[in-house]
Amino acid sequence: MENEVILIGLAGVLASAAPVIFATIGETFAERSGVVNLSVNGTMLLTAMAGFVAAVLTKSVVVGFLVGLIVGALVALLVAFSSITLKLSQVAVGYVLTMTCRDLAYFLGNPYVGIEGVRINVVPIPVLSDIPILGTLLFKQDVMTYLSFILIVVAYVWIFKTRPGMMLQGVGERPAAAHNRGANVNRLRYIYTVLGGALVGISGPMYSLSVKAGWQGTISGLDGIGWIVLAITIFGAWNPLRAAFGAYLFALLQWLGLVLQPVLTGIPSQVLQAAPFPLMILTLLFVNIGDAEWVDRVLAQLPEGTRRAIVRIFRALRSQPPAALGTPFERQ
Amino acid sequence: MEIEFRNINKTFGTVRANIGIHFSIPAGTIQGILGENGAGKSTLMKILSGYILPDSGEIYLDGELAKIENPADAIRYGIGMLHQDPLDFPPMKALDNFMIGKPGSLFPARREAERAFLELRDQFGFTVDPNSYVDSMTVGERQQLEILRLLWLGVRVFILDEPTTGISAQQKEKLFLTLRRLADNGNTVVFVSHKLEDVEALCDRVVVLRRGELAGQMTPPYDTDRLIEMMFGKVIKLDERLPCSATDQLVLRLQNVAIDDYRLQIRNVNLEVRCGEVIGLAGMEGSGQELLLRACAGLVRTVGGRVIVNGKDLTGKDTHSFMRHGVTFMPASRLEEGLIPGLSINEHFILTGEQKGVFIKRDKAKSYSQNKISEYSIRGFPESRVEALSGGNQQRTLLALLKEELSLILLEHPTRGLDIESTIYIWSKLKERCAKGAAILFISPDLEEILQYSDRVIVFFSGRVSPPLDATLTNVDQLGQLIGGKGWEEIFEKEQVGVSNAAQ
Ligand SMILES: Nc1ncnc2c1ncn2[C@@H]1O[C@H](COP(=O)(O)OP(=O)(O)OP(=O)(O)O)[C@@H](O)[C@H]1O
Ligand SMILES: [Mg+2]
Repeated sequence: MENEVILIGLAGVLASAAPVIFATIGETFAERSGVVNLSVNGTMLLTAMAGFVAAVLTKSVVVGFLVGLIVGALVALLVAFSSITLKLSQVAVGYVLTMTCRDLAYFLGNPYVGIEGVRINVVPIPVLSDIPILGTLLFKQDVMTYLSFILIVVAYVWIFKTRPGMMLQGVGERPAAAHNRGANVNRLRYIYTVLGGALVGISGPMYSLSVKAGWQGTISGLDGIGWIVLAITIFGAWNPLRAAFGAYLFALLQWLGLVLQPVLTGIPSQVLQAAPFPLMILTLLFVNIGDAEWVDRVLAQLPEGTRRAIVRIFRALRSQPPAALGTPFERQ
Repeated sequence: MEIEFRNINKTFGTVRANIGIHFSIPAGTIQGILGENGAGKSTLMKILSGYILPDSGEIYLDGELAKIENPADAIRYGIGMLHQDPLDFPPMKALDNFMIGKPGSLFPARREAERAFLELRDQFGFTVDPNSYVDSMTVGERQQLEILRLLWLGVRVFILDEPTTGISAQQKEKLFLTLRRLADNGNTVVFVSHKLEDVEALCDRVVVLRRGELAGQMTPPYDTDRLIEMMFGKVIKLDERLPCSATDQLVLRLQNVAIDDYRLQIRNVNLEVRCGEVIGLAGMEGSGQELLLRACAGLVRTVGGRVIVNGKDLTGKDTHSFMRHGVTFMPASRLEEGLIPGLSINEHFILTGEQKGVFIKRDKAKSYSQNKISEYSIRGFPESRVEALSGGNQQRTLLALLKEELSLILLEHPTRGLDIESTIYIWSKLKERCAKGAAILFISPDLEEILQYSDRVIVFFSGRVSPPLDATLTNVDQLGQLIGGKGWEEIFEKEQVGVSNAAQ
């Protein structure tokens, strides 16, 4: 019985990580092409609200997700236009957009706070859901969670195994060299930024139509997740598999915060709820520790074998951004 | 393929890089393009390869007007270019670099690509490992990689911008054979260089550019003096050896230095460098000379022995400590390690810090930069961004950035990409430093340069380090043998004699 509860809890972790995965992979695509879309937090709030409202008005969750996708893509288009075409600072534009979108979400969503909404259902997959343990964990989820599993694999394969994906890596790494190999750098940047924005846009309604169904305005509890998405993008080293791992870690920490609350009575519940955020940042600090000069010096004193082993671990952990991240490309 | 340039013009801001360039290249030939630094060679080649667009003018291929608006178009016409600074993706593997940009199905066949890679590599006698990362490769290997990539793309017009500046004599020989073979198979090769001897040895015909204009053309037999005159507008004589200004004071002492790299080990290096001395490090790329040079700058950690600079033991210290003791290092890859793309010449001078205090006095800095620009005859303005400078001018900028008070100058390929006039000029500048007491250690793939300018020479062969040889007592042949791993016993015997002589 106890086991069953834990299993259902873990299945919940996979489901609540799904929107984080969509948003992180979306951001990963944009950043791989060299564009930082800093508007994630605002976009998620705005699309959560817009998707919810659209779904309520049309009584269709599909429309809700489509609206989220389109709004997300439009915000990203603004980022792309101002940074690629107008060559404005990506950080400044993204930050202003994230603030604007958040305020818009609260303002426009105000009339809809707390109303009865629609939500997507769990769709157990026949046969597979009967497998012990794995069935409950993986195959009794809603459609979007299934899609998040697929997205991880597709995004990974796209970036690392396909021809356009390799060019994408090149564009973010050294646009001049990608240009030299026939890529239309700025067009690709537009495409991936908008695609990434669309994925972030889907993640919003995933909250309001599923994970935290409904729209509660400022107390929806979504504010801040977008920033964590940006951190997980880095933690994930711009690799969808690692990013997914980061998203699951974050969701697990959040869940632990909830279940441990009755046990750890000495700690205020707010601390437990907030803990996943600093913890994610700490992990982030750790991934690039191998690059630090002092670590290098400490390691130099260790015996050969140990040093090699540790260096190998550090190298595997290491997260190097695309070299041209945030820099515009202009051909003469 | 026959290529015809018709009246090509290109300006960058106020710089006229190409002015009414008009000439044609017959199919199946090796065409040399000569010209001093900043003459507009790279610009013209970038236009042909679609990398940049001309302001006006046309290119005809086999008599038909070609529409080359971007590199993809050029590749479709079968035109590919090896850029002066290889345009590759440093953190990726060689094989990925090889594959990116090759048209084909959604899922590229890695295994097939690797097979093609190895086949072409062996066919041309190159040494690049498909699974090594580009950022661990030498400039020569990166060039090889780009050439392999172009071959695989099925290019029929090969443009090579200064391909011989970063490679050894052997590699050069191989490259020339390769190019000859390509031309004999009906391909067209365009070979850009300042090195007259390379152009004369290889090219079927030559055009000379000067300050953006076509200064003349020539077919064999070549008249070297005439070519030089076309390039520089005046006659230039090669220098005789400049006098050695070594004193007795020690600048650098290496005692039993050992260095480990994942591909080679260096053991027991002992060396004493005196003020005013110039020491040339010869060897095929990746033989260990780069490691030793970087170790002297504190950029590579030694695993044994001691590095002593000006009497101070700096073993294991970071590069800033070395800098504080008057050591400076100038890397081969100028845009990656030496200069900061995006910043102007002026900003570079501000950063290297002749000024004190928090606020930048831009006007003062500007007049300072202006002086340096004319002192080192850099073709550019204080506001010019470094990546917009021609290759040779970037090199001059790097040299101009060297601080005034230096005791040890470590140079990787100091005259890479420089024309003869600049080479002579740069070395006269460096020798001035020596006269003021600085010592110089430099790496060059050009044995002539090493013999011409160093007082002593150290040869490297896969981690083995020769004792310092007197530059006046050795010659190109002996050095060539040593770099190839031959004749080592002999010098060690001589060394014994030398040591016992010194002891007397
Ligand atoms: N992107 C650019 N922006 C501004 N000026 C440029 C740019 N590229 C080249 N120039 C200028 O155009 C002139 C010709 O440059 P180019 O690179 O064609 O010379 P080059 O003949 O290849 O010289 P080198 O032998 O030094 O490589 C130079 O004065 C250079 O400063
Ligand atoms: Mg050039």
